[in-house]
Amino acid sequence: MSAELWALIAGCAVVTFAIKAAGPVALGGRDLPPRFAGVIAIMAPALLAALIVTQALADGERLHVGADTAGVTAAGIVVWRGGSVLPAVSLAVVVTAGLRALG
Amino acid sequence: MAGGVLALSFGVLAREAGFSALGALVMSAIVFAGSAQFAAISIIAAGGGIGAAIGAAALMNSRFLPMGIALAPSLSGSALRRAAQGQSVVDASWALANQGEGRFDRHFLFGASAVQYVTWLGGTAAGAFGGSALGDPRTLGLDAIFPAFFVSLLLPELRDARSRGVALAGALIALALVPVAPAGVPVLAASAAALVGLKRQHAQRTAA
Repeated sequence: MSAELWALIAGCAVVTFAIKAAGPVALGGRDLPPRFAGVIAIMAPALLAALIVTQALADGERLHVGADTAGVTAAGIVVWRGGSVLPAVSLAVVVTAGLRALG
Repeated sequence: MAGGVLALSFGVLAREAGFSALGALVMSAIVFAGSAQFAAISIIAAGGGIGAAIGAAALMNSRFLPMGIALAPSLSGSALRRAAQGQSVVDASWALANQGEGRFDRHFLFGASAVQYVTWLGGTAAGAFGGSALGDPRTLGLDAIFPAFFVSLLLPELRDARSRGVALAGALIALALVPVAPAGVPVLAASAAALVGLKRQHAQRTAA
């Protein structure tokens, strides 16, 4: 494994430690400035949506609709209808593998 | 259960992204933040650089900031001790330990997170060391696991019009940049959509 990937692991560990420690150490009992809190509250939807489309609708540097697009859409329908994570992810895998097997 | 399966897929897909089995296990052991780990290796697997990958992991973890702040009054001891206790914050156990009105059962939090930690490491080890016995991850459809997992995290976040707008904007920014920007950059750039949160609104949600 390359030194770069070890650096990635170390970097992720450091930022995760720092973020998790920041609240308990520095800001104990105080609130975040509301504007800052507002940005953090909607960071997850922005990032998750970007991660989903860059994986399900793209292949490297080009846009691409494939078997995985259908699988991820199926998972979305399961979650939308109140299903939990495991059945949704399982269905995504089955649909994706199935479509690829059919070729 | 779901955590174990996700950890297993992390182990398998980390190997695909160029990690050694030991590397995947070390990452789960010292990072212990599923969505951040998934985000980072997604970017590496797509050919992105480590700067973009760490940046995406940090942004993905930014939700732990307000969660840690909410937890802070329920912790005790020196700053170092509180920093260590803060490491136990993971989504599910934080939510379960929340007793309302700003109080948290910290011992429940530590216990619940310890169980998840063991599951997370065990699943990663199984995937990283045993995954190659499964065959080609693409044939098996395993590459659909991360985006499907992200969908299951995203949909419950879309309760209000603002979140839906931000998610849509993030998706469009990322898609527009995919053909022209290096891998990883589209995801980082999409976080700019969250800047709309600078605008005040009446009901603030506390944690993402």
